[in-house]
This record gives sequence, C-alpha cells and structure tokens, in this order.
Amino acid sequence: MGALTHSFITEKLQAKFGDKIGLVEEPYNLLTITFDRSILLDLLNYLYKEDDLGFTFLTDLTGVHFTSPEDILGVVYHLHNLPENVRLRLKTFFPKEDPYIDSATSVFMSANWMERETYDFYGILFKGHPNLKRILNVDDLGYFPLRKEYALEDPTRQDKDDSYFGR
Amino acid sequence: MEDKPEGFEGPGFFATSLDKVVGLARKNSLWPLPFATSCCGIEFMATMASTYDIARFGAERPSFSPRQADVLMVMGTIAKKMGPVLRQVYEQMAEPKWVIAVGACASSGGIFDTYSVLQGIDRIIPVDVYVPGCPPRPEQILQGIMRVQDLAATESLRRRESPEYKALLAKYEIQ
Amino acid sequence: MITTSGQPHKDLEHLDNDHLTTLNLGPTHPATHGVFQNILKMDGERIVDAEPTVGYIHRAFEKIAERRAYYQITTLTDRMNYCSAPINNMGWHMTVEKLAGIELPKRVEYMRIVVMELSRIADHLICNSILGVDTGAFTGFLYIMQSREQIYEIFEEICGARLTTNMGRIGGFERDFNDIAIRKIDAFLEDYPKVLQEFENLFNRNRIFMDRCIGAGAISAERALNYGFTGPNLRAAGVDYDVRVTQPYSSYQDFDFIVPVGINGDTYDRFMVRNVEMWQSLSIIKQAMDKIKKLPRGVFHAEVPEFYLPPKEDVYSQMEALIWHFKIVMGETEIPKGEVYHSIEGANGELGFYLISDGGRTPYRLHFRRPCFIYYQAFPEMVKGQLISDAVVTMSSLNLIAGEMDA
Repeated sequence: MGALTHSFITEKLQAKFGDKIGLVEEPYNLLTITFDRSILLDLLNYLYKEDDLGFTFLTDLTGVHFTSPEDILGVVYHLHNLPENVRLRLKTFFPKEDPYIDSATSVFMSANWMERETYDFYGILFKGHPNLKRILNVDDLGYFPLRKEYALEDPTRQDKDDSYFGR
Repeated sequence: MEDKPEGFEGPGFFATSLDKVVGLARKNSLWPLPFATSCCGIEFMATMASTYDIARFGAERPSFSPRQADVLMVMGTIAKKMGPVLRQVYEQMAEPKWVIAVGACASSGGIFDTYSVLQGIDRIIPVDVYVPGCPPRPEQILQGIMRVQDLAATESLRRRESPEYKALLAKYEIQ
Repeated sequence: MITTSGQPHKDLEHLDNDHLTTLNLGPTHPATHGVFQNILKMDGERIVDAEPTVGYIHRAFEKIAERRAYYQITTLTDRMNYCSAPINNMGWHMTVEKLAGIELPKRVEYMRIVVMELSRIADHLICNSILGVDTGAFTGFLYIMQSREQIYEIFEEICGARLTTNMGRIGGFERDFNDIAIRKIDAFLEDYPKVLQEFENLFNRNRIFMDRCIGAGAISAERALNYGFTGPNLRAAGVDYDVRVTQPYSSYQDFDFIVPVGINGDTYDRFMVRNVEMWQSLSIIKQAMDKIKKLPRGVFHAEVPEFYLPPKEDVYSQMEALIWHFKIVMGETEIPKGEVYHSIEGANGELGFYLISDGGRTPYRLHFRRPCFIYYQAFPEMVKGQLISDAVVTMSSLNLIAGEMDA
C-alpha cells in the first residue's frame, strides 16, 4: 500500500510508451493521462498485467465531443486498482472525420455495452467489437444524438408552437 | 356499498334495464393490465399494497395477459422504441377496454421533451382517463380508476360497434 | 448459431436452429421488472443462449443534462434509480460540491447518511420482496410494503414528496429535520426490526425458496470483476468492494458497520447479502440519529451563497440576498472549470457521475456510470444451461431497474 503513487505510474508509462503519452494532470486528485489512440490495447494490457500496476477493473468508458478549438471526439476510460485503491483516468482524442479506435472488449468484458452506448451517442467506431450496433436508441435513428450540433428535442415534431416557448 | 340501480322491485324479483346491470358488473371487476415502465409503476405497486388497496375496487387481479384484461394502465415514460409494443398490446386486448394514462410522461411526455420519448401515448392509442402527477399519489391513481368505473357503468352496450367509436379507431389506424 | 459475443459457441455447434425454440421474454412481462427484453434460445426448458435488448425507456438524460442548470439536474437524477431516489440526489450534490470545493458541516453529512440509508433499505426491501413474489410468495411483499410506506412518510416530512424526492440542495438541505420527522425516524427504527425479522423467518430457511434460489444464476468473482459488477451482486460473489469503505464520502468513516460477503454469487447469496445490508443500514441510521441529536439544531446547510438559495424572507428584504438569488437562478455565479468523477455506493453498486464543466450555467458533459447497465451484460453467461424459471429468479435478484439501465 502506498507504493502505487501517481508519479510511479506516470514514470512507468512514460518509460514504456514514450511520446505516445501526452498530457498528465491530476484534477481533484485523480491521475489523468491523455494518450494517443494507437497504443490503446497495449496500454490497457500493460496496466492490467504488470504486477506493480494491476488496474484490473474498468469503472467507466464514455465519449466526449469538443467543438473548439477543433472538432474532436474523445473516449475517456476510468480504471481502478481495487487492492491498492487507486483510480486512473485515461483520455484519448481524435478528429470527428476519423472516429476509429480499438475496442477494449478483449481486455474487459464490461466494455462491450459501454462501447455500444458510446457508438450510439457519438458515432465512435470500435474496431474489433463483436457486436457494434445501437443499444439505447432505435436502430434506424440515423444520426448520433449527443454530438453538439444536434438539438435535444425531436426535430420532426410539428405541433410545438415556438411562440409559447420564448424562441 | 353499491346503490341499487333504478328499477321495479317486487317480492322475489327486481326488474331493471340490462345495461345498468352489465355496467354494475363491469365497473366492480375491472382487471387492470399494469403496463408499468418507470417511476409511476412503483406508485402502482404502492396502490396494490395494503395501505391504498386496489382490491376494494375489484382490481386486485392484475392480468399481464392482454386478452384477459379490461383496463390498460400505462404508467411511466413510453419511449419511441416502446411505442410499437404498446400499440400491439392495446390491439390484443378484447373489447370493452379502457385506457388510463398514469403520470405526466404517459399523458404528454412529461419532463422529457427529447428526441427519444413519445410525447404522450394519445399519439398512438386512444386514451380514456389521464391522471397527471409525477408520480401521482396512489389516491390520484385510485381516482383515475373511479373515473373509469363511471365510464364503464354508464357506457351504452352498443358503443363498441357504433360508427363514432369506429371513427375514433380509424383515426389511430387501428383495425 | 451466434451467441451474444458474436462468435459461434463452440459447445453448441452441433445444434442447429431447427432444434431450438426462441422465446421472447419481452419488454412487457411480469417477470421483467421494468422494460428490457431477453430473447432466449431454448432446448426444451434449458436455456442455450440469451440476447438482452435494452433501450425501451431511453430518455436521453445525458443530453438533457447539457441543457439544465446544476440545481435542475437533481430532478433528473431522481428518475434514474427511482426505488432509491435520495441516494442519486445526494450523489449528484456531492459531485457538484467536489467540483466547487464545498465543505459541509458534520451535522449535514450525518443527515445525508440517514436519508441515504433509509432509501437503501427501501430499495433492498422492494428487491427482496419482489424476488419472493417471483417465487410465488405474495405475502412477504404485502407485509413489507407497509414499511416502505413508513419510509415514504419520512421522506414526505423531509422534502415533500414520496418517490421522486428532489431532496436536498447543493450545500445541504432545504429545511431542517423537524420534530415530526425525527419522531417518525425513531418509530421506524423501533418497528422495522420486527418486520424484517418476520420477513426473514418467512424466507431464509424456507425449503421451497432455497431450492429455487440456491445455484440459480451463479457467477464467480473473477468473471464478475471482469464484467464490471459492483454493489450487492459483487459482494455476493465474494469480493468486499464497497465505495463507502474504500472512498468514504459524507463522513461514512465515522460509522461502524460491516460489509457482508457471499460465497457462490448465486441468487440466494444476493438475497442474503441484501438482508444483512438492511440490518447494517438500520444500525448506521441509529448511530447517525444519536450523533445528530447531540449536535446543535438549525445547522442544515453550508454557507455557500453562490449555490445555496437564500431564504425567501431575506430575498424580499435584503439587497445582497436578492442579488445572490438572481445570480444563482440566471447562472452567473462562478462555477469552476474542470472535470470530476465522483462515485457513491448506490443500492445497486457504484453509481458514478463524470462531470465536465466549462464554467457555464449547465454542464458541458455529464455521464452517469450506471451499475445496472454494466452488470446486465453478464446475464446471458449467468443463465446459460439453466432452466427458464432460474432465469426469472436471477433477473429478479439482480435488481435491474429500467430507469437506471437506460438513462
């Protein structure tokens, strides 16, 4: 206990992956590492299998869409080392026109539906996912609703009078 | 206790009109189909339990089979993915049937004015009673059932074959 | 023949689809407590494969949250796990307090613990009694719903609503626990142990219940961890992970309670773990009420004028209060930019809130880590090779709440 400090993790990852590890920060005491998407599977396997890292629990997997300064999509992973009680956040970003990233299902079974949800909301395509189709929305929705360019309300609705809603 | 319908009484017999007797029988044994999707469903469970007993209205047998149910109680948000399922369940029910929309989400979409939520079930099936609330208290749900009881007691026996009713179903494109 | 993982199952390649029946345990079924669907491929009564479908109550909470101010999102969190809505409310308030760096007085944290443990009891109570109904025992449900009505009355005294409570504010509570609420909580602490003991006498060593539940839907600890299980389902499999112990929030470290752990991870273990957790919650509430009574009354919120609305009498009479009220509602107060992940022990497991704030009135991105959604993926693996009645009992013991699953 206590050996798994943030600096220890950062040094090990930077030693192994070099310049593919980007920004390292600690907002609200959670080590957050931005990395390049090409090393995703190597990184997750390294964090899982190394004896002195041992991040074997995937808490959360979700997507983000930033529109400024560039139009980029991102995937955020939250990992947890249960015996040592250390959490880790991994982030990776890529342009919206090229939304491909490897799937984490080969490492964590819980990533299956979380990646389907991220695909459903943002259109991020996970290579190697066994069953990448929409999970929460109807199959023929046609667009990726959580992207920032789409409105919350149903665009096909005819009966709402905008003058009542102050628009 | 029920009041006797108007009729002519004598030693050993009671004469009244058929639709009053049928209405009396129908209103005191409405079997609900609890189509509970979300939070309003938990308030229905509280209504079924012993504090706000629904058995005193004759509705203690919730029938999950549409063929045997009288009242379709839609409780909770209906998403667009669920709409066809609701429609199919409504079509499988046998006449006479009534529909109660319990809660704000079933009546009009509720607080969820989003791309994935059906803004009120009366877009796909005809509704008889709306019970507003988020969620409505069990007393309100019971009041909704009592309004359906009034409808069942006073309904004409030939309503379901009448042209107005057929026009109503045609408006929703239900055969 | 394709299984849920997309690959042909190697043990079943000799079976073709003609020999198997497809059964749709559809979205409307008395066994599915909530709207989710399972398409089961059956060989007689044995389940060969299952494919779950969710999304029948998808209400787009995460998209709505990008359009609502921080104090308005509390009403959304109510409707996720609606059987224990106050836990979700408190979790959201704690997330915003973590973002803004707000510290609460001890009395407020103890009040939060009382409310959260009451709703944990309410949730486990529904789950266990409905598990009883699924095995045919309706009596347990009727007896124990009376206690849930008692908890509803306590919630009504505290916040005004029974089920979708919208309880508390960022920085504390909207009003103190009045005398009636404290009396009702004490009455609950007296009455509930007898009810729970009666419930346990009915089910724990009941031969029929044990035969139905032991061995149904078992999962090992390694598989459960890989599938992302948390909460009572993971503890039934043998792993003692409880967010209240590993990352104590809201002063849980001041309390003395045990974390029950099962052996096999089957339905009976999940039932027993929830029962023991209810006893532990009763003990925590008792300790918290003792601590609250010792602290001076009238302290029910932190002094955070940027987030906590001032009392209406002050708004109508003092200038600063009026300005703060205006700024909070219009969203012109200073909210820090940043990203925060806060998780609490919900009734089903680790309920997490991932919030990215850009300093504006509404969150930039809010993601809910919903335990039901994550562990429902393991359902096909848990029921493969079992009978359909075991599948029904497993589904019921996992405490799947559709509102939380689809969010």
